[in-house]
Amino acid sequence: MKHIKCECGHVNPEGTVLCEACGKPIEQNQHIDGNDKKKLLNMRYEGSARRSTTFNKTIVDKVWNFFSSVKVAVWLIVIALIASGIGTILPLEQYIPADAISRDPAIFYPETYGLFGKIFYQLGFHNLYSSWWYLILIALIGVSLVICSIDRFVPLYRALKLQKAKRHESFINRQRLYSETPNVTAEEVLTVKERLAKKRYRLKEEDNHIVAEKGRFSRWGPYVNHIGLIIILVAALIRTIPFFYMSDYVWVREGEMRVVPGTNGEYYIENHEFILDTYAEDDERFKDAIAKQGMIIPSNFQTNATIYKAGDAEVLGAEEDHEKIGDFQISMNKPAKFGGYTLYQQGYQLNEFSKMTFKVYEMNDPEAEALGEFTIDLFDLKSEYELENGIIVEVSEYYPDYSLAENGVTSKTNESNNPAFIFNLQSPGNENTETSFVGDVIGSAEKLGIDTSVVELKPMANVIGTFAATVPGSEENQFKILIDSIQFDRKSGLSVKRDYTLPFFVIGAIIFMIGVIQGMYWQHRRVWIHPKKNGILLAGHTNKNWFGLKKDIEKAIEGTSIKMVEDQKEDE
Amino acid sequence: MQSLIETSSTMLFTAFILYLVATFFFGFTIKDKTSKNKKSGITGKLAITLTIIGLIAQIVYFITRWMASGHAPVSNMFEFVTFLGMCLVLAFIILWFIYKLNMLGLFALPIAMIFIAYASVFPTEIAPLVPSLKSHWLYIHVTTVALGSGILFISFVAGLIYLIREVDQKEKTKRTTSLEGVLYIIFLIIGFVVISSVFGALNYNATFEYDLNGKTTQTEYHLPAIAAPFEGALLTDNVMEPWFDTPEWMHGADAGRKFNSVIWSFIIGTLLYALARLVLRKRISAAMQPLLKNVKPDLVDEINYRSVAIGFPVFTLGGLIFASIWAQEAWGRFWGWDPKEVWALITWFFYAAYLHLRLSRGWHGEKSAWLAVIGFGIILFNLIVVNLVLAGLHSYA
Repeated sequence: MKHIKCECGHVNPEGTVLCEACGKPIEQNQHIDGNDKKKLLNMRYEGSARRSTTFNKTIVDKVWNFFSSVKVAVWLIVIALIASGIGTILPLEQYIPADAISRDPAIFYPETYGLFGKIFYQLGFHNLYSSWWYLILIALIGVSLVICSIDRFVPLYRALKLQKAKRHESFINRQRLYSETPNVTAEEVLTVKERLAKKRYRLKEEDNHIVAEKGRFSRWGPYVNHIGLIIILVAALIRTIPFFYMSDYVWVREGEMRVVPGTNGEYYIENHEFILDTYAEDDERFKDAIAKQGMIIPSNFQTNATIYKAGDAEVLGAEEDHEKIGDFQISMNKPAKFGGYTLYQQGYQLNEFSKMTFKVYEMNDPEAEALGEFTIDLFDLKSEYELENGIIVEVSEYYPDYSLAENGVTSKTNESNNPAFIFNLQSPGNENTETSFVGDVIGSAEKLGIDTSVVELKPMANVIGTFAATVPGSEENQFKILIDSIQFDRKSGLSVKRDYTLPFFVIGAIIFMIGVIQGMYWQHRRVWIHPKKNGILLAGHTNKNWFGLKKDIEKAIEGTSIKMVEDQKEDE
Repeated sequence: MQSLIETSSTMLFTAFILYLVATFFFGFTIKDKTSKNKKSGITGKLAITLTIIGLIAQIVYFITRWMASGHAPVSNMFEFVTFLGMCLVLAFIILWFIYKLNMLGLFALPIAMIFIAYASVFPTEIAPLVPSLKSHWLYIHVTTVALGSGILFISFVAGLIYLIREVDQKEKTKRTTSLEGVLYIIFLIIGFVVISSVFGALNYNATFEYDLNGKTTQTEYHLPAIAAPFEGALLTDNVMEPWFDTPEWMHGADAGRKFNSVIWSFIIGTLLYALARLVLRKRISAAMQPLLKNVKPDLVDEINYRSVAIGFPVFTLGGLIFASIWAQEAWGRFWGWDPKEVWALITWFFYAAYLHLRLSRGWHGEKSAWLAVIGFGIILFNLIVVNLVLAGLHSYA
């Protein structure tokens, strides 16, 4: 490395623009900061030697220089900004509504949004924020952050640490605030020194050359906030490692005990009760708004549960060995926390079918007594049911979550949310079986105007079943099968999370905020007093708020013969 | 109870009127001779006093409505936008006391009034909180976001003043056209407020039935229907028949009603704009320029920067940090790429770019002013388009 020795004796690294010690411009490097064309010195990085402005030969230099440019950083931000914006035009894959035509993105986007939807899907905007190119973009911003910071911080730190009170005259008279006073007494200088010290300036003196400095730490603000951002990006990165972040989901029926998924069988949850509260329609405060919305507004979702810790591994599942951790009332905004895990109230289902009782009637005689009845336990479905009088009902098809779509009859999920059956019925002494379709209680309830997502069907279980569809397979059917009663379960959906990266995000955010405040609300101010013959040269520099610095100087020299500094700023 | 709600709306109306009167007083400061010697002048002092009384009236509105509903009134579009207007006034008052610039009030107060008027287009009934909003973080998050935005709005106001003052109006250029475009958009918003208030006062109502994702749904128009919902049927008698259907590719609940409002805003806004042009016989920005000749561009530029310098950290705290903490507490995920979240991030990115360009690439003056205008556009986009058009967790009304 070629070092540059200044006339003051200080050895500067290659690429230095202003000597780190005395500030004398180093002639051959003035073009770097544009000082050759201007009267005033560019003080942004104290004229220190940045790697990016010094070397430009190897590939490493070029990559370094590319990422250390603020222009490139701003462009990366702008690209990320536009891409993010486009990604919000249509819902993301995870926000495809439940009542959409299809939850398959390949169908949903083109069907719902036409050609634009198709392009949106094919370009991968439906999961933009986890797509490789978006992640690369964010990673590039991260790289730019690191390189920009190192490129500037290290030399700036050196320059500010090595600066001397004794500066070269050409450094002093090329500052923005500058004045020259031919005759000044030592007492006057002493007064100025005292006044500056009172204003919390730190003074350094060398052969009667003085520098008064305050707020240097604000220069580190940008680097501190960038460190905060880097910590956040790194935290986002390690969050993709399964050990650090776990997310799962569990449905628990009332009265049921289940292992909490994702805890390696360590914890169990018992759901005692799920509560859904709604606002009263005649609530004095809210009745107008409720009437206007025209629907029931929920006020609370809550699961009253007990968490247990599993006993010995050898007797896994033996409930009596479970150790009770505590009772929790889990509701929105009040998650349950235990052993590093958190359980959030996320979903609920009021009307999960558990048992259905059917009665068989003579076709054209609904008034008559039922010929027989049978009960289907939906969690223990049998292939056929024999009635007391010898009728055999075979379950030919079962749709736990019946839905009539364009392409025919399907089951949306495997949960028993809306059961429908195709039965084959065989009566004694009859060779032929007859087919009938029974079910779709939810569809019938909604046709009646019942909102099944908030209204419980349980109290109406005996009535509601009679509205369900019963479609004979042919006109010659002798019997018909009607739903007699239904038992419902209430389920609570809880998401299970464990996230060890949260503290990193918190620390990153705190450091970022400290850095922003540190850099934005304090200024780095310096005043130089440079003796020349019988008088002095006075100069001042600040990284922002020049008005404030001028006021400081004005007060310090008040009543002395020292001339007020003049603002030499050239008009651009 | 009922009297609290009445007091509350009266106080909001009082605040609106006081802001209006204060705006006129700020206008009079242009001619005020006393302001030459002292920075603010007597008229200026009177104007700021009226503004402060107006703010106090609005705070009384806020507190009484809080008492009536039992929760901080920041939970739906009406309450939030009103609060945003209040934060804008608060930010203006703070910056007035730092810089004593009367002209800031002449621009900031009308914008705050447009916010309040725009808010009252939405349902104003006190609505109950759904379970996900029942958290202290509602107050903390929403109030800091609004405060941050309010301060950032001042940078727009300063930017706008700078541009009207500095853009050369002698001949038509890209800059004059863009500036005129910004003013035209403000006219469109005023158009929306005017037409909605007029038909709102008349209790206009036309109900349509249309098909939404395979379900027959009803939608209520409060403006005469120019554009009906796609293949919608008019149910109300004795109202204007729609001229045409909303195009099929506009989706979602109430797409037709929203499209109809946009058409009306364009019609009324354009009419108002044309009228103004007819009276002034030149570009609106050109007509305003002479009024601002005493404003120091450097000072306005400084206010532009200062309000970003204060608003950016506040916005970061409220819009990203507090928002994440709440999301973590409510859903167990501090970030979910919901449109509102993404646009908050875009806003943050944008002002970060503003600061980098200004502090490290020397983008002062006019460039900074344009950026402030764009930043305001982004925040408004997040407030209006994201809430009303792009579905998400925050879609209120």
